[in-house]
Amino acid sequence: MTAAGKYWRIAIGVAVIAALIIVPMNFNRYGLFILSQWAVMTIAAMGLNLTLGYAGQVSLAQGAFVGIGAYAAAIMTTQGMPLIAALGVAIVLCFAIGWILGYPALRVQHHYLAFVTLAFSTLAFLVFRNEDWLTKGIYGISNIPRPNVLGFATSRPLPFYYFCLGSLGVVSLAMWWLIRSPWGRAFVALRENPVRALSLGIDTRRYTLMAFAIGSALGGVAGTLYAPLTQYIDPVPFNLSLSLDLLMMVIVGGSGFFFGPLLGAMIAVLLPEWLRFTQGYYLMLYAVAVMLLLIYSPSGILGILDRYLTERRTKVASALRAVTKSRLETAP
Amino acid sequence: MSNLLDLLVAGLATGAIYALVAVGFTLLWQTSQTINFAQGEFVMLPAFLMLAVMHAGAPFWLAIILGILLSLLLLGLGFKLLLVDPMLRHGVLPLAIATMALAIGMKEAVKQFFSAEASPFPSIVPAGDVWVLGRVVSLQSLGVLALAIAVVIGLTALLNRTSIGHQMQATAQNPTVARIIGVPVERMILLTFLINAFLVALASLLITPIYLAKFSSGEVLGQAAFIAAIVGGFNQVRGAIAGGLLIGVVDNLAAAYVSTQYRAAVPLILLIVIILFRPQGLLGRPEERTV
Repeated sequence: MTAAGKYWRIAIGVAVIAALIIVPMNFNRYGLFILSQWAVMTIAAMGLNLTLGYAGQVSLAQGAFVGIGAYAAAIMTTQGMPLIAALGVAIVLCFAIGWILGYPALRVQHHYLAFVTLAFSTLAFLVFRNEDWLTKGIYGISNIPRPNVLGFATSRPLPFYYFCLGSLGVVSLAMWWLIRSPWGRAFVALRENPVRALSLGIDTRRYTLMAFAIGSALGGVAGTLYAPLTQYIDPVPFNLSLSLDLLMMVIVGGSGFFFGPLLGAMIAVLLPEWLRFTQGYYLMLYAVAVMLLLIYSPSGILGILDRYLTERRTKVASALRAVTKSRLETAP
Repeated sequence: MSNLLDLLVAGLATGAIYALVAVGFTLLWQTSQTINFAQGEFVMLPAFLMLAVMHAGAPFWLAIILGILLSLLLLGLGFKLLLVDPMLRHGVLPLAIATMALAIGMKEAVKQFFSAEASPFPSIVPAGDVWVLGRVVSLQSLGVLALAIAVVIGLTALLNRTSIGHQMQATAQNPTVARIIGVPVERMILLTFLINAFLVALASLLITPIYLAKFSSGEVLGQAAFIAAIVGGFNQVRGAIAGGLLIGVVDNLAAAYVSTQYRAAVPLILLIVIILFRPQGLLGRPEERTV
């Protein structure tokens, strides 16, 4: 990449972050709620992107992991414990469950993880609904407090939005680091060519498992933010359709692209608000659009962009080559 | 004891329907690497097609015929030409995800264009009870069981006894070699899609009178079919049949002997145990692992 391109990217990044901080300042309560929801869902989608985009595994349980995180936060903070403790519990729990689920599934074929996580998603929903003593069942848990972060109360919508945005920033940085670490490179290696990765001495199964478990843990992180955001949770939001929604977000944005989940979550969370006039037809149109997008570009919107940029770069490069060649030929 | 027998008959009846759906599911996987996550919705839709025809004033028998024809057209030909063929070159997982999107689209379309409420659906087997070996058995259960078994036997005969069946098996096992020895592979793949569409239409006809026609009823059915296919053996038709019957019986027994709250959990736990200890399924043959 050229230096100018790099500066452009940094400038765009800074502008987007500034816009995310400044623009919502005079938003009403509902607008802030939607934006906070976008930040939370992006975290969950980023986790899924690690599983799907980098390790090439379909997980249909990301919604269940969000649910586990949300219930951990709801149960612990209503008992007076701090949110950070719930966050720790959610991460450890989701990571461990991910590991246990992935271990048998990855012994077999790649689509088995999809089946196991599908089963787990339903099981988790049954537990949320039936274990009244823990989750209050269908009545749900209400009055979930919002935390104090660094001495600031986040009970009002704007501070809480900044809290979600900040968490998204921390998760993004951690993800950025992870993808560039040897681990992240191994994840990409086993997606691109598992046989070659294996022959280079990468324990593909362990890395796949690791990607899935870390991705699941990020689902838990998103859940611990979701509970104080809505301040009331019941089992319904965490059924299979949330997992499918998250999967669609990753796919639409562009699985395997760092910014894919941010874009995908934006489309999935914000677009329905703008397309209110389509009423009930929205989800149907969305599903059709996703299918068309998948046919055209399985790597999502960013995949189209990436293809376009690569083509342009090759054109520029071959033009340059042609110029150099003609110069060499005409040179005395 | 007598209760147990009733549960077994009812379980086998639902299990036979699951088997029909699971067989279609494994056929698609074998011939064209399609993991159809919309298989449950494929069972949900034909009942609504038939209801729509009946609302237009047609008699039930005509609705059945038109419903099956429409499913062959939409869920067989349309599904293959419009979604599977363009997606197949992208690989197994993008196609699987596309079928998930299809499932959402189908559910929403039925909810919007038909109804969000459950609609009653007439049964092709008359209601009532018969005495079998000195016991009262529901005629509906017996009829469903008999029809489903007849279809399964017919299908097995088609696959194992006829030339077309052998060509289909050859296509499933090794398309390249099949093409070399002159099997019209493309036509055979299309045929499996049509067979799948026929099976789901039939399953729809049999199961909808029991569970009512509802836009979301495919979720449970689809999951039962996946579990049946995997428990029985993902790469074997007989495995899917055995898995379907087993899941039907286990489901009914769980409803009676486990808490109703956790009834749905029993097949799921069975699935996880099978994947843990016998990943190729009860009757399946092992496949190479790709991860």
